[in-house]
Amino acid sequence: MSVIKVEHLTYIYGEGMPDATVALNDVSFEVERGEFLGVIGPTGCGKSTLITHFNGLNRPTKGKLLIDGEDIWAQPKQIRRYRFKVGLVFQYPEYQLFEETVRKDISFGPRNMGLPEEEITQRVEEAARFCGLSPEMLERSPFELSGGQKRRAAIAGVLAMRPEVLVLDEPAAGLDPEGREMILSQVKEYHKQTGATIVLVSHSMEDIAKYADRVLVLQGGEIAMLDTTANIFARADELVALGLSVPEVTKIFLQLRAKGIAIPTDVYTVKYGRDILMDALKRKGGGQHA
Amino acid sequence: MLRDITIGQHFPGNSPVHRMDPRAKLLLTIGYIVILFVGSNPLGLALSTVFLVVAYTVAQIPLRLITKSLKPIVPILLFTAVLNLFFVPGDAVFTLWVFTVTWQGLYNVMVLTVRIICLIAGTSLLTYTTSPIVLTDALERLLAPLAKLKVPVHELSMMMTIALRFIPTLIEETDKIMSAQKARGAELDTGTLRERVKALIPVLIPLFVSAFRRADELAMAMECRCYHGGEGRTRLRKLQLGGLDFVLTAVCIAVFVLIGFSGTLWGMLPL
Repeated sequence: MSVIKVEHLTYIYGEGMPDATVALNDVSFEVERGEFLGVIGPTGCGKSTLITHFNGLNRPTKGKLLIDGEDIWAQPKQIRRYRFKVGLVFQYPEYQLFEETVRKDISFGPRNMGLPEEEITQRVEEAARFCGLSPEMLERSPFELSGGQKRRAAIAGVLAMRPEVLVLDEPAAGLDPEGREMILSQVKEYHKQTGATIVLVSHSMEDIAKYADRVLVLQGGEIAMLDTTANIFARADELVALGLSVPEVTKIFLQLRAKGIAIPTDVYTVKYGRDILMDALKRKGGGQHA
Repeated sequence: MLRDITIGQHFPGNSPVHRMDPRAKLLLTIGYIVILFVGSNPLGLALSTVFLVVAYTVAQIPLRLITKSLKPIVPILLFTAVLNLFFVPGDAVFTLWVFTVTWQGLYNVMVLTVRIICLIAGTSLLTYTTSPIVLTDALERLLAPLAKLKVPVHELSMMMTIALRFIPTLIEETDKIMSAQKARGAELDTGTLRERVKALIPVLIPLFVSAFRRADELAMAMECRCYHGGEGRTRLRKLQLGGLDFVLTAVCIAVFVLIGFSGTLWGMLPL
């Protein structure tokens, strides 16, 4: 069964006002349990609005949102239950840090869940380990940390709730390549170890290509495409027309193909690309020897 | 929810009221407030209301906006109305248990309600038709003589401009932080008063931190563009009084004088 099911969801900002704008228009799709879904789309296409529906921060103007088959707005008073089930990491999450120590800040979520003290300590330490924060960092003020460390502390604050679905909005924005790599590989690690469902919103096609199983492309508040990563990046022309792009390696392979070299169109990771190239070279080399 | 704030909102337009010199508008608004208190009689208030309706029509601002800007003061209106209705001594209209409603009470309620509505609507018209930047500019020019008394007029008006400019930014920021903390299970709109105040800490601390950060960045950006206060600074938009300003101001003053003397006129009416 799908973990999140979006049914004909429409969301209008400022409904009934002269400046009402339709952010999402009749969107329907499902997020499968345990998958790694990438969400891409040009700025203002409704990505952020969509993900704030996943944990009930926004209420659909029309349509439904089901988590584990339950309509989350059936009992609005119970909405907090779904916030613990679906962990949402916002853009620049370090701006939400507020406690005296990193430990206290990470425990904010678990404490709101009403967990016993021992369990909280255990979860905080586990989340910190996941995010690469050393035990001595836990006792420091979050405002003393570096930018990348702050970001990881904030993500740990969500991971400590052990969400079944982890939704991240541009978690690596504004970080250096090393910081990017660190955060995304930790997310992947969480995915592998816990089997949690991940929804990753990103503008970086490289990151999406590297981690996502499936990709959802949004455009103007509607679904433009939803398919496996390989199939999505094979449609490079359409992506470019939407103001998006494809990973650099895909660009190169599409150009090679245009020059008449027989290679598949679904090359979207460097590793796979290398294998294909080696293969092609071997075939060529083998031909010469024969 | 935080986005619904309308007081101080600016509605760009090209009506005579929009084009009028902001200094004249500012002074006339102050004049209008004074005259509302001077002409607190039925005739004066009727004239004040008519003046307002005409001004809104000329400015092409829909009248229903008044109801929106009145929303926050409805509790104050009700409170004063109830107090006046039941606790003003005079000739009784009817008695309900220990409460007595008097003619004088009813009269007071009417006068007060109309006066407060006119007050809010009149000052709102100023902000609806004048952008905050222009308004502080006008204020700076009007207060310029005080600079001779070593009052830092320019600095004060710059502070006001910056404060006004950052209200929408901070509202947006507050919204974001609230969402982020709610995503971690914070309960912001339920619980007892004590719990709610405590629940605001996770919102206020990040908000202050980011406000200070923004202040730092802005100061840096201003210094990078060689800002060093008001001395020797020239203006992009020079305020210049024109024919329109004189005509409109004259008309308004005439109406104000009439309202000012309305008390005498009202007394002369054979009632």
